[in-house]
Amino acid sequence: MVNYLLRRVVNFLIMVALASTLGYVLASLAFDPSANYQGANPPIPQSTINAKLDNLGVNPAKPLLRRYLNWAGDVLSGDFGLSVGEQRVNEELSRRIWVSLRLLVLGSIIGSLAGVALGVVSAVRQYGLTDRAASVLSFSLLSTPVFLLAILLKFGAIELNNRIGTTFFFTIGEYSADFSGNGWELLLNRLQHLILPTLSIALGGIAFYSRYQRNAMLDVLGSDFLRTARAKGLSRRQSLFRHGLRVAILPMATFFAYSFGLLVTGAPFTETIFGWNGMGSWFITAVQSNDINSVSAVIVFSSVLVLLSGLIADIAVAILDPRVRLR
Amino acid sequence: MTVVQTEVGEQTSERLTRSALIRLRFFRNRLAVAGVVILAMMFLLAFVGPFFSKHRWDELDFLALLQPPSQEHWFGTSQIGGDVFALTIRGLQKSLIIGLLVAVFSTGLAAIAGGFAGYLGGKVDRSVMWLIDALLVLPSFLIIAVMSPLYRGRTWLVFVVLLAAFGWMVTARIVRSATMSLRERDFVRAAQYMGVPVRKIVFRHLLPNVASILIIDATLNVGATILSETGLSYLGFGVQPPDVSLGSLIAEGTASALTYPWLFMFAGSALILTVLAVSFIGDGLRDAFDPGSNKSKKKSKAS
Amino acid sequence: MNTPSSASNLIEIRNLSVTFPSEAGIVRAVRDVSLDIRAGEVLGIVGESGSGKTVMSLSMIGLLAESASITGSISYNGVNLLELNDNEMSKYRGKDIAMVFQDPLSALNPVHTIGRQMAEALHVHGDYSSEAALRRAIELLEIVGIPRPAERAQSYPHEFSGGMRQRVMIALAIANQPKVILADEPTTALDVTVQAQILDVLKTARDMTGAAVVLVTHDLGVVAGLADRVAIMYGGKVVEIGNVNDVYSSPAMPYTIGLLRSIPRIDDAGSSRLASIDGAPPSPVALPPGCAFAPRCPAAAPECDASVPELVSITPSRMTACVRQTDIAGLQSSGKLFAEIPRHVALQSVTEGVALEVRGLRKTFPLLKGSVLRRRVGSVFAVDGVDLTLREGRSLALVGESGCGKTTTLLEILNMVAPEAGTITVLGRNVAELSRKQRLEMRKDLQIVFQDPFASLDPRLPIGDAIAEPLDNFGMPKVEQNQRVMELLELVGLQRDHASRYPSEFSGGQRQRIAIARSLALNPKVIALDEPVSALDVSVRAGVLNLLAELQEKLKLSYLFVSHDLAVVQHVADDIAVMYLGGIVESGPVDEVFAKPQHPYTQALLSAVPIPDPKVERVRKRIILQGDLPSPANPPAGCRFHTRCQVRATLPAEVAATCVSDRPELVLRNASLVACHAPLN
Repeated sequence: MVNYLLRRVVNFLIMVALASTLGYVLASLAFDPSANYQGANPPIPQSTINAKLDNLGVNPAKPLLRRYLNWAGDVLSGDFGLSVGEQRVNEELSRRIWVSLRLLVLGSIIGSLAGVALGVVSAVRQYGLTDRAASVLSFSLLSTPVFLLAILLKFGAIELNNRIGTTFFFTIGEYSADFSGNGWELLLNRLQHLILPTLSIALGGIAFYSRYQRNAMLDVLGSDFLRTARAKGLSRRQSLFRHGLRVAILPMATFFAYSFGLLVTGAPFTETIFGWNGMGSWFITAVQSNDINSVSAVIVFSSVLVLLSGLIADIAVAILDPRVRLR
Repeated sequence: MTVVQTEVGEQTSERLTRSALIRLRFFRNRLAVAGVVILAMMFLLAFVGPFFSKHRWDELDFLALLQPPSQEHWFGTSQIGGDVFALTIRGLQKSLIIGLLVAVFSTGLAAIAGGFAGYLGGKVDRSVMWLIDALLVLPSFLIIAVMSPLYRGRTWLVFVVLLAAFGWMVTARIVRSATMSLRERDFVRAAQYMGVPVRKIVFRHLLPNVASILIIDATLNVGATILSETGLSYLGFGVQPPDVSLGSLIAEGTASALTYPWLFMFAGSALILTVLAVSFIGDGLRDAFDPGSNKSKKKSKAS
Repeated sequence: MNTPSSASNLIEIRNLSVTFPSEAGIVRAVRDVSLDIRAGEVLGIVGESGSGKTVMSLSMIGLLAESASITGSISYNGVNLLELNDNEMSKYRGKDIAMVFQDPLSALNPVHTIGRQMAEALHVHGDYSSEAALRRAIELLEIVGIPRPAERAQSYPHEFSGGMRQRVMIALAIANQPKVILADEPTTALDVTVQAQILDVLKTARDMTGAAVVLVTHDLGVVAGLADRVAIMYGGKVVEIGNVNDVYSSPAMPYTIGLLRSIPRIDDAGSSRLASIDGAPPSPVALPPGCAFAPRCPAAAPECDASVPELVSITPSRMTACVRQTDIAGLQSSGKLFAEIPRHVALQSVTEGVALEVRGLRKTFPLLKGSVLRRRVGSVFAVDGVDLTLREGRSLALVGESGCGKTTTLLEILNMVAPEAGTITVLGRNVAELSRKQRLEMRKDLQIVFQDPFASLDPRLPIGDAIAEPLDNFGMPKVEQNQRVMELLELVGLQRDHASRYPSEFSGGQRQRIAIARSLALNPKVIALDEPVSALDVSVRAGVLNLLAELQEKLKLSYLFVSHDLAVVQHVADDIAVMYLGGIVESGPVDEVFAKPQHPYTQALLSAVPIPDPKVERVRKRIILQGDLPSPANPPAGCRFHTRCQVRATLPAEVAATCVSDRPELVLRNASLVACHAPLN
């Protein structure tokens, strides 16, 4: 068990290193950081531009390998360098990271729990009303891109606010800037801001998980060991909950890892549309401003996140499945 | 009750030919048929629509800015006087073409990579799997967005290549595990012992037998591609102006959509309907090819 | 049996019919069956695939698919089980009626311990507290012969072998002292020596609980040893039922007659050919209008197609469903019904030529660990020291249980590359010395027929193309290919116009004929047959075996026959080599080895094979080996069989010690080679 986890951790570190390298190299090849200084009036002298680029460590005059090694060395010592605006990336990172984490962690927990529950119910009552409704809902949600879903949620909330005459759902920002209140009110205010963006992340997750959980559960429904359980004298319902569920949950752990990538992809849209200053919206502005160091930081963040969810999934499987546990 | 299903399954295939059975199952599925009808209509709209449109997509009517739908402009006009109907079908056209092209390329790539990795095993398999794992760590959306400056101002075909290059991995994994189990099947062994070369085994015996997977995945990949293409275009990392896609149309329309809903509504509906139709078709195909999808194919031979 | 219900009847099935909807039409799995199960009896239900035997047993315990529609009645203690809902039926399941399923590998929940799954069966019926249930579970495990039961109760199913899991299934079935135990093919997935163990456990279970046992199987041998009465099912109907001795000694229904004549017997050297029943069992979606067996029946007359024959009593304890019942005896004595045809006796060593020779073959598989960096942590000795000699024009059978390495040996030979150790010589040429091109040429001479004809034909290739593939591969022009395909189809007893059809349109027996035709395409000299009939229905096996014998004679072929079925081997092979855990323990002429086995393992193997004759089977002394096959990753030192050897305990201490210290060599003794420190006979 310990060995197994140790191997997973080693694998994890290698993959993070690989993904970060890929991100940095691609960004360095694709971006032209000097473009930010061109077209200014009066024109900035080339020597000044060069000095600025050198300061950022992104001067294309230097060989890519050198730039990469410098960057990687700094990252290993915990320094992500300077952004195009000559701010420390670390500061930006520490400001934004919690914004995104709050969104993603909450969204994925709500999405997976609700999705699994919905999938189980759908499978147990296959072709029943719940199953049909859940299927239609899942299909529609899976066919709606995150950005469209977020926009629709936002418009719906604005419409609702107008109807009830007061702002219940906030559609911009993480909290009201002019808000002054004590603990509970502050929490409520945050929640009011949180609901819509989290929902737009979670809904996709619910749709995704419920489809897979339904299939996994249906597979188990036809399995021999469930028949044995019933032959022992357990009713259909008892055998499903005592024997079916635990086995059907197993493959979901793997899907959890897979789907996290999907959620990470959703963050830039959600954050932009709801005006959150998280990692996702940062990524977009950074790409637009040819900001190699900032983009690389976001890529390191997202690869750690995706791989971490994979690691958690592996551990969950190892705990739930005795066949893996003993390896 | 797997035993019973097995017996039935084998007998049915003796009565009807497989393809007839698949067709029967597919067309009995109402949602799948609806999907086919909707998708056909979308294609008609996208490719025949322009002949009936009163305006070209890149033509501006300065006398009609932000007009609601009318006889003249069926879907209304945009801030700068573009005809929303012409723009929407142009965007739909682009999104559909990109979706189809990428699905075909990425599924083809997946078939070859997965097929050879699964059949040959060993070093080939390990390196392909490594590549897949490495590419799956970063969401392809991030990679393509980072690479977007490379195709800014160039042909959209570069964008297609990128979408395909980062969209084949999941299908390849599925194809790989399917070929790995086929590899152990006796008809493949028989071919080996007859001295049939590797390339021929993969293309003559293995890939045709995973055709159902490829067809299903190609279909679902069309939907997935349209989703990522429109997402990227929405943020300005995809189809570049002056050309339009459904994503970039929605992005332009959002800002004032509450006041001028036609700017956004038509492109949004076309997008959802198209992807929904594609996933209905994909799901219908899956059910038709692999009904029940209970993986207990022939467990109880002797019963 | 529409006799008035008697007190001794536990279960009375009356006019039971079960149908399922399917895309191809309605599946009529069970048709109007009436049957009694008497208290304490063992009733054998024998049938082939699609005969409805499994569906019938599932309907007794209420576990049919929800799509099934059932008519008739199944009364137990005066209660019609078919009228109960799921919750009410649950009270009977496991408590009054218990079931043992076919496949022990998938029948237990992989994520719960054995003890917990056992205890649940007791606890659910409310007679035991949780702790008492666990204690009782451990007792039950001990009863069915699980060593160290208290410890093993903490283990998970994947840590048990197939035989051990089937013991657990039996322990589950007897947990609540049921009145009826339904056993659906309880030993089909197991090896023959393990099968003997499990049948023994089943007997113990019956004696202990006094329950009636319904033994559902396709194996007439298993029934012969265990059952009091036997019911033969065909096409969803019971076609013959009666006392087991009567049915076996004087079968009355043509199907039963044919079936008993078509199966090879291990105690009969076989002076006559096996009777082959033409055609294949009917599909339950397209049953003939009258008697389901009529299309295959040599005694069929027009009246057979008129209506479905009813079961009628021919003696007080016998019933049979055949409209020509009165004529059957006459037809049999005049040789018109599955008559005995003298068997062709192999020409004893026609030539001195050796078709295939293997010396000291070894094949190990690395045991790997790690996902990023793979490292070898050990070896699985799949094959270690195999010697074989196949003479031209003869059949050599390689026998052994699963995991003994016989298939690996076969694949190593077919790969035709230099083995890890030892030599493989095909038609006088050492395969290690072949060039790529020569090896390709050599493949023409050595072909294979696989076990499962459903897997060995590409489902997407018309069979004509499949047969032509080897021809195409060696560059034969298309026109000649077609000519050859037609020839081959006729050779194996199929029709020319079959060439354009797909494999799915053929039955198992026909597919195996197609696979044989493909293997013959290039005029090979040696054919490897990997369990060629074990995946087929019992009634079609004889046809394929007879075809193989004919082809051998006609085409002067040499067969390397891999099998676990000793009765089949007895019938088709000239020579035999017995394998145990990667090595040959005994080899020689079949008659010699079967008559006087010299290795204890051969002796045990032969005694474990059930004989489809109750009179012989019940008085036979059976040797039941202890334990399971050891892991080939960690084989025992010395003689690999010593851990299970039944003879070793009787040996003087110094001989018994050599069994552990030295691995015996194959030495010539009497007419065969044997690797044993203390050979028998």
